[in-house]
Parts: sequence; structure tokens; C-alpha cells
Amino acid sequence: MLKSTKIMTVLLATLLITSSIYSAELLGAGATFPYPFYAKLFSEYYKKTGVKINYQAIGSGGGIQQLKNKTVNFGASDAFLSNAELKSMPGHVIHIPTCLGAVVLAYNLPGVANLRLNADVIADIFLGKISNWNDSRIQALNPGAALPNQKLVSVHRSDGSGTTSIFTDYLNKVDKEWGQKVGAGKSVNWPIGLGAKGNAGVSGMIKQIPGSIGYVELNFAEKNKMAYATVQNKSGNFIKPSLEATSQAADVAMPADTRVSITNTEADNGYPIGGFTWLLVYQDLNISTPKDENAKALSELLSWVIHDGQAYAKTLDYSPLPASSVKKAEVLISTLKF
Amino acid sequence: MWTDRLQFFEIMFKKTLQVFAVLVCVLLGGIFLTLLVKSLPAIVSQGIRFVTGKEWDPVMGNFGAIPFVEGTLITSFVALLISIPFSLSIAIFLGEYFKQTWFSSVIKSIVELLAGIPSVVYGFFGLFVLVPFVRSLETPLGITPYGVGIFSAALILALMIVPYSASMSREVIALVPSDLKEAAYSLGATRYEVLRYIILPYASSGIFAGTLLALGRAMGETMAVTMVIGNSNLIPESLFGPGNTMASVIANEFTEATDKVHLASLIELGLYLFVITVVINSVGRYIISKFTIETQTQ
Repeated sequence: MLKSTKIMTVLLATLLITSSIYSAELLGAGATFPYPFYAKLFSEYYKKTGVKINYQAIGSGGGIQQLKNKTVNFGASDAFLSNAELKSMPGHVIHIPTCLGAVVLAYNLPGVANLRLNADVIADIFLGKISNWNDSRIQALNPGAALPNQKLVSVHRSDGSGTTSIFTDYLNKVDKEWGQKVGAGKSVNWPIGLGAKGNAGVSGMIKQIPGSIGYVELNFAEKNKMAYATVQNKSGNFIKPSLEATSQAADVAMPADTRVSITNTEADNGYPIGGFTWLLVYQDLNISTPKDENAKALSELLSWVIHDGQAYAKTLDYSPLPASSVKKAEVLISTLKF
Repeated sequence: MWTDRLQFFEIMFKKTLQVFAVLVCVLLGGIFLTLLVKSLPAIVSQGIRFVTGKEWDPVMGNFGAIPFVEGTLITSFVALLISIPFSLSIAIFLGEYFKQTWFSSVIKSIVELLAGIPSVVYGFFGLFVLVPFVRSLETPLGITPYGVGIFSAALILALMIVPYSASMSREVIALVPSDLKEAAYSLGATRYEVLRYIILPYASSGIFAGTLLALGRAMGETMAVTMVIGNSNLIPESLFGPGNTMASVIANEFTEATDKVHLASLIELGLYLFVITVVINSVGRYIISKFTIETQTQ
């Protein structure tokens, strides 16, 4: 009995001491795509400031849900919230862009090194209207290539994902028929093709099936040394997907709330299939972060992410924000209340 | 005084057991209610279309369960058909021919080990071994060599459910009274005849029950199926075509389903899966209980 009282006292004392030298702790949840980037950022930030940030990559949908339930301090999403979704939140949510991702068309066609595609062809491949690699329209875009007489197998994500959202948003913009038949979203009603789970599943399937083509994140295709297609953008230039080309795609007129889709970009040298990924916070930080120290730490963190944090993007194969979006994000962060 | 305390202990012990037993029932009811309540938005907005619809379109908000119900039933029943020769052979071999030998105990534990392998491991095995194998079959047959699809899913499921029906059937075969068998032998029956006319008819209801339990297991399997079925939300065109099951579409779309009706539709699929497996399991249990009563009265 005496012993346990002693232990309790010690525990209580420890608790009091730790709370007196309290350092902020933040909890976030959401998108899986930027997870490696965030993991690096948050561990660096912890080393610098002592602010602990626990980020759970449970998917954009889950992140939004948890922010709505106020169980996390910030959410993260690859697709911005629609007006209806914004209205359903208990407070005004603002989007802080953190980096950019590109979606590339990876393919398995031995002997064809630099496949060139345009919007119509990509849409018709995924609509099932082009079903053989020797199709005259693919040949016309690749005059020098020896395209085999081989059945074309399209591969898509079976799980709901921001990657699918970016890719279908692009097809929705460039192809009327796609818009009528399929539309854009995290999960869509694919008219044809195989589904696989995650970037890993899609690239695994592409590697296994000769004649297949599918969409994966650029950094994933890079890491797995997969062949991916050069795509013609809106200005008519054929753009090889790269971190720079994606950043350039984002260097366009942007609304003040940064909710913008940059697929089929107007930028001359921008790669047309890419998008921002955002951190989501309530403008009134106290809604999900009642402790003032934590709220202050969160706003400082956001500011660090869009400035110094950008240096880590390229090393992890993410495209850093262009200067114009950093400016917009600065304004948004300055409106935060706590 | 002393006996009172003992009695008190006895009563308390019994009550504790009761509470835990009842809790499990409450939990089952709770799961059912949760599924029902959470799927209400879909039941209201989709109505009968959910049961009859062939289209699953999260963008337009049209949700029809037919492709997944079909996918689940086809993969499970094909898996069952493939597994029956194997499970029955194992059961007869271990239950009748090699009952107590060293060799049979090795086979028995290997079969039981199969049941303990995590399903994601089966999925990898399917993806890296079965799928290329099926693809090599498809090419000479002139079918698009996807490799993944309904047939691959059924193959991997068959492998996964063999231990369930095999060990169940083995037990009932071993239970066949030896006086019946000896009587048949004394009349000059061969071993095959005893098996065919005594053992199998006697054990048939137990074997059937084991098969039903295996079917229930096949229907709910998620991970391994998702990895090899091709995940196409359309009604499967052929046995080799890609498809999807109720369990795997839930696993695929649940995390990113932000739309209320989409989420509720996935939960409604879960509700159907729950009901179907409960029905199949209950039928299986019923047959087993009938069978046990018969053996007890004899």
C-alpha cells in the first residue's frame, strides 16, 4: 500500500514537471501521397523546434473526416474540398498548398523507349476505344517507333485515391465523351481495364502484363525505373514529366483560396497531369486546436513548410511550390486566428 | 458459512460466464444494427436500384450491387467446386485409410497449417505464382492474357478453403461407427464399397456442413481476392475476365469515400455480406447439430 502511494507521488511529480516544460504537440491525418515528404518535414521540424507532429497517412477522405470531427489539428488532402464539402465543415477551412505531384502514364512495351501521347489518345485508351498498340493514332504521334500488334491493357487504381482524382480531372477537361460517360473523382466507374490497389499495385501489374499502360505518381515511376510517356500539353508542346515541368504547370493564375486544378495547364512548358496537395486547417485554429501554444505552433509550422520546408521537396521527388503559390499561401496563413 | 462462500463463488463464476456469453450475442446484434443504421442514407436514396442495379458510379451517385454480388457468388462457388476433390480426398485419406499413422499426422498438421497462413501471404503467392501461371494458360487459349481475374481469385480461394472443409469432413468420416463398417466387411464388401455405400452416405451431412462453412469463409475473404481479381466494377464477361467481390470493393473504396451516399452504399454491401454469411453459417450449424443428434441416439 505504502509502496503504491509512493509510486503515485512520483508519477504525479513527473507529470507536473513535464507539463511545466510543455512543448507543443500536433496531430494530423490525411493524404498518403505526400506522406514521405511530410514525414521528412515533420522530423526535421521536430529537430529544429522540439514541436512533435504526429501525422497519420490514412487517406484524404479519412483526414477530412477527422478534421470535421475535430480529432486532429490539421488534415491533408490531394483533392481540394468542394463548396458543398466546405459548407458541411463546422468552421471555415483554408487550404495551404505544400507541394505538387505529377501523374505519369507508365507502360510496359519492350523496345519502345519514348512513347508520346496526347489527350485524345489517352482518353480513348481508357475509354476502351483504342485497344491495340499498332493503332494508327498512336503511330501518328510516334513516327519512328516500331509499335507491335499487341492488345492494349489499361490499368487503373482500384482504391479511391487523389491520384485517380488528378488523372480523371485531366481526362474530364480534355475529352467531352469522358466527361459524359465517366467524369472525375477519387473512384470512378471505369469502362474498361484492370484495377490494382495503390501505386505499388498498379506498377506491379504494369510490370507483369506486357502491353499494359496505367497511371502512377511520378516519384513512384522514377523509383521503380518504369518507362513513362511524354504527353502533349495544351500549348501543343510534348512535355517529358519532371519535377520542374510540374512546378511550371502550377505557375498559373490562382484563386486566393488556392483551390485550383492545374491539369491541362495553360503554361507553355508545364506538364498537364499534376496537382497540388494541401494541408487543411480551420481559419479559426481554436476549433480543432483549443490550446493556444499548439495553435501558435501550427501556424508557425505552416509558414515553415511553405518556405524552408520546400528545400526538402526535390530530394524526395516532389515538385516544390512555385513562387506565386507561396505568396498566396503566405496571405492565407496571415489570416489564421487563434 | 464455509459452504455459503463456496456457493457464492459458484454463482458468481456462473454469472461471469453468462455475462461474457451474452456480450458476444449483443456484439453480433450491435454489428448488424450499426451496419443497418449506417447504410440508411444509401437505402433511402438508392432504394431497390441498389439490389437490381448493374452500375457502380461514385461520380454520378448511382450504386448497384449486382456486379459485386455476382463476383462474390461466382468466385466462391467456383472455388468450392475446385476445392471439393482435394478436400474430400484428404478427408477420406486421413479419416479412413491412414487414421493413426505418423504420416497421416504430418499431413494433418500441414493441412491445418494452411488455414493459419495470413491471407495477404496467399495474395502474394497468387500474384507472383498463380497469376503468371493463369496468364500462360490464357495465351494459347486466345484469351486476353490478363492473368488476374475471376478464375485466379477462385483458384486462390480454393486453396484457402481446403483446410476448412477437409478437417471438418475428416472428423465426421472418422466418427462413422466401426460396427457399421465391420458389418459391411463381414458381408464381403470391398474397401471401396464400404466407403461408397456406408461411410460417405453416413457422413454426407457433416461433409456438406463443412463445405458450407468453407463457402462462408470464401465469401468473406478480402485481401487475397483483391490482389488477384482485377478489380473491375463491371459484371464479369467471362471466367477469365476481371471482376470484383463485395468484400474487395469495400476494402478498396472505403478509405477515400467522402461522399455520404457512397460511404453508405459500401456499408450496405457490408450488410448484405453479413446477412449472406450469417445465413450460410447458420444452415451449416443446423446441419451439424442435426447430425450430432443422430449419432448420439444410435
